[in-house]
Amino acid sequence: MTDIAEAPSPNVPEGAAGTGLDVRSLGQILYLGGIGVAALGVLLWLLAQWNEGGAGEAVDAATGTITLSLGGEPPQLDSTRGTDAVSFNILGHTMEGLLRYDAENRLVGGVAQEWEIGDATATFRLRPEARWSNGEPITAHDFVFSWRKVLDPRNASEYAFILYGLKNAEAVNRGEMPVESLAVYAADDRTLEVHLERPVPYFDKLVAFATYNPINEAFYESRKGRYAADAGDLLYNGPFTIASWVHGASIRLEKNPHYWDAERIRLNAIDYAYFTTDSNAIINLFKDNKTALAGLVAENLDDALQRRWKIRRFSDGAVFFMEFNHREDRLTRNYHLRKAIQAVNDSPELVYRIIKLPGNLPGASLFPVWLKGVDGYFRQEYPLADPPPDDELGRRHLATAMDELGLAEPPTLVMLIGDSPTAKKQAEYYQNLYKQKLGIDIKIDAQIFKQRLAKMTAGDFDIVMAGWGPDYDDPMTFADLFASWNENNRGRFNSPELDDAVDIARSSSDAKTRMDAMSRVQQILYDEAAIVVNYERGSVYVSHPRLKGIVRRAVGTDPDYTGAWID
Amino acid sequence: MFLYSIKRLIQGIVTVWFIATATFFAMHGVPGDPLMNDKAVLPEIRANLEARYGLDKPIAQQYWIYLKNMASGDFGISFTQQNREVNDIIREHFKVSATLGILAIVFAAFGGILWGALTALYRNRMPDIVIMFLVILGISVPGFVFAALGQLSVVEINDWLGFTLFPVAGWGTVQHMIVPSMVLGLGTMAFLTRLMRSSMLEIASSDFIRTARSKGLPVTRILRKHQLRNAILPVITVLGPSIAAITTGGFVVELVFAIPGLGRYFVQAVQQSDYTVIMGTTVFYGAFLVFMVIVVDVIYGFVDPRVRLE
Repeated sequence: MTDIAEAPSPNVPEGAAGTGLDVRSLGQILYLGGIGVAALGVLLWLLAQWNEGGAGEAVDAATGTITLSLGGEPPQLDSTRGTDAVSFNILGHTMEGLLRYDAENRLVGGVAQEWEIGDATATFRLRPEARWSNGEPITAHDFVFSWRKVLDPRNASEYAFILYGLKNAEAVNRGEMPVESLAVYAADDRTLEVHLERPVPYFDKLVAFATYNPINEAFYESRKGRYAADAGDLLYNGPFTIASWVHGASIRLEKNPHYWDAERIRLNAIDYAYFTTDSNAIINLFKDNKTALAGLVAENLDDALQRRWKIRRFSDGAVFFMEFNHREDRLTRNYHLRKAIQAVNDSPELVYRIIKLPGNLPGASLFPVWLKGVDGYFRQEYPLADPPPDDELGRRHLATAMDELGLAEPPTLVMLIGDSPTAKKQAEYYQNLYKQKLGIDIKIDAQIFKQRLAKMTAGDFDIVMAGWGPDYDDPMTFADLFASWNENNRGRFNSPELDDAVDIARSSSDAKTRMDAMSRVQQILYDEAAIVVNYERGSVYVSHPRLKGIVRRAVGTDPDYTGAWID
Repeated sequence: MFLYSIKRLIQGIVTVWFIATATFFAMHGVPGDPLMNDKAVLPEIRANLEARYGLDKPIAQQYWIYLKNMASGDFGISFTQQNREVNDIIREHFKVSATLGILAIVFAAFGGILWGALTALYRNRMPDIVIMFLVILGISVPGFVFAALGQLSVVEINDWLGFTLFPVAGWGTVQHMIVPSMVLGLGTMAFLTRLMRSSMLEIASSDFIRTARSKGLPVTRILRKHQLRNAILPVITVLGPSIAAITTGGFVVELVFAIPGLGRYFVQAVQQSDYTVIMGTTVFYGAFLVFMVIVVDVIYGFVDPRVRLE
């Protein structure tokens, strides 16, 4: 029986059985198909009732609304606990700290009207007209409350360290002192008095950081642990308020009538109607006139050029580098091996021929070009000599290194990278470069986000591709990165001279002394080849021709639409 | 029938418990944890974080706490979206994924049955050859290519028309749903077409069709009552798991079309080691899949008189 069943049946009709059947069968199928289409229509209509949404055009001059895409749901809008770019961007539009950056990136008064920063204390006089979105005035108590919250160990704030300049802050955060011992006082409703642990010459820049924002205590307590969970669970004091927040889908900001400087704000609403990180979706939304700004990546740059869009660029502040592992058991602990790699490195080739995205700058120093020094730019005042690649020098260093390490052949090194296409392209470029110039084999270890971090922390690499973005507008935000005590010093580079220089730069109140110390940090990192800097990242974007006054910057709210208008 | 359903349900619960346990230990076994971030934190801050999330407790104790909470239907609070309960995330975003998934599967099933029946009717002739070529394309080209192509076509169509026929991305209206669900359902539709075609051909050559024909039944009646109805059976069998696969597999489509579905959370949670969201979504999807398989088995009994579940 089974044999018969498996044999190809001779009875299978070719095209059913005869043409007459064909037409009628076809009619049957089409009839059923028609019912299906009707049913689908009804289903669509029903499902549409279940979901809600819809957004307008990129810019709407009649209502003063712009529509944009956002990288994703803001993970944490409680300013004491936020850490990420998306949250900080929303906070930058809806909240204001003591000071803020203006369109020319100068520090200007926010909630604070006047301020005075000394070596041991700082005093801020608050504006009487600064109000919360419920109409209540903002007082010095709101700052005391929020700063204590940041340092309260139970609140577990990741950015607590940025307040460690305050007297007793670190002890409070360790749980060794009660939060009340934090030396920040409300002398009266309008005067905030701050005592410092040590001189913090860049304290004015720190208070512009979102972690220093005020929080209204009564409101915070009234939310019973749900503060910042939803649009209605926040009290705003910035240019905009969150009018609606559909989780994972959209956020709509509307002009805050209670903002003290509301006259400065010309947009009525900012509608973040799309949450996506997909570069194609971002550019397609822009093409379709649905969003007013789109970041570009190398893959869609040609498309943008062909469409003759006006492409804008700016430095987003981040620096990318190869970090060597300086732990005892690693080959890269050898000075000459690192120097060999540094000698053949060719940042301009990487930037202009491999990454090929306009806006990036070849790197040499850990300190990016936009940082300010004593009077002008740090890098102009303290240039770093970076000679062109020298293969001969590289091979000499390698020979010495192999001698010292007792190696007969050039070593194999493990390069830890992220799993983005750009990272892979770069790593392959270096793999090829070092093989050709030095005969060193590079084993690429590409890992996803958390696994890469776990390996970086454990020191499971010879070279790791890493990067650093600034928190505040002072060279210090880069300078202490490779101090021996810094947890972000993943390669455990250890130099007492560098640590000394960092200490001076951190606490001296004389600008020249500080910048001299920063320059020593810059020189040590280069001379010791602690890292090899690849590039300073730039970003390129296109924006709607009628949308003016967008501010892009390396430190602070970016992109900043608070001063934007529709032309 | 009732006893059978109860038995299947208990089996289902054990399966879900197993999924939960395996996921829990696999998740903790992978290097990296939810508290790690681009910028490393000081040891004291790290200790504060661990205490807040209960990660300082021994793993067995964490597992026990986790099981207890899960039994009471509480999946905890997300690590990456720190103000949101996992239950809220599932509730708010699953309905979007479900909408997308249902539409995609309806589209796929409807199209698959229609094209499958057509190709069987026109076997080895032009319509069959063309459709089957497209089917091979639909099965072999990955979903993200269709997603990107679909979106690009929408841009071009809108550009050409001068107004927005279909939105490029986003969610909310009927227009938002059509293109993504078609893109999402395409692979399954191709697969179902092939299944339906071979099933139709197999039935066409079976004895009962010959009998029906020889006793003089009208061809339309044979097609509807005998051939289509029998041929649909295998399609329904794979439909259940397909619904689960499509609903969970919408990640790329959700990302490209900026749709606030659960699939995105499911995948991103793994990348971010967001323990609570990983557990919540895995258990939820696991339970969903098990449930769909049970439902299909029961439905099967109704559609196919040969299967009577006792």
